[in-house]
Amino acid sequence: MENRLKVLRAERNWSQQDLGERLEVSRQSVNAIETGKYDPSLPLAFRIAELFDLPIEEIFVSPSRRSSKAI
Amino acid sequence: MNSTAAAKRYNGRMIWLSLLYAAFLLFAVYGFKHHLVDGLLAWLVAILPALPIIGIFAAMGRYLVEEQDEYVRMLLVRQMLWAMGFALSCATIWGFLEGFDMVGHIDGYWVVVVWYFGQAIGGLANKLTLGAAAGC
Repeated sequence: MENRLKVLRAERNWSQQDLGERLEVSRQSVNAIETGKYDPSLPLAFRIAELFDLPIEEIFVSPSRRSSKAI
Repeated sequence: MNSTAAAKRYNGRMIWLSLLYAAFLLFAVYGFKHHLVDGLLAWLVAILPALPIIGIFAAMGRYLVEEQDEYVRMLLVRQMLWAMGFALSCATIWGFLEGFDMVGHIDGYWVVVVWYFGQAIGGLANKLTLGAAAGC
């Protein structure tokens, strides 16, 4: 799933390791989410949203909205 | 292997179970070689080396339950599914080859060794499909 995690992280000058520690997940988890190779569970998505103080849909791009835009 | 707290506990359990396996195996081999066991005791001693191996399966299950990092858990499950598919496929093929007298008999516990080899294949599959994000 496309997301703005890398941009949000970069704005705060956090490394993937820093973000992983804040979310209590591994660095490779952050890497997998950022690159869209892994979609986080709803609880983890909420933790990410709460950390950045943003609604989930401002971090993760809904796949259905993305495909409807493409049409 | 990942370095989460659950992974460290799992590694510790694996070391203890491996040492226990070596001790039980030596004990069983010595007992049978010197004809020290018979009857019901022989059955129990023969099963003894299998118990730490079963413990290793339980430790893997516990690791999956204890692992808090959902992505790492997903990698592990994928790896184990590859291992299971590989081991069962090898066992099935060998069973038919053996049934048709094409190959000799192999003791059943070797399937565990094949399963471990399958874990390596699963790790490679994770690496090939997820690249740097596979991490382990």
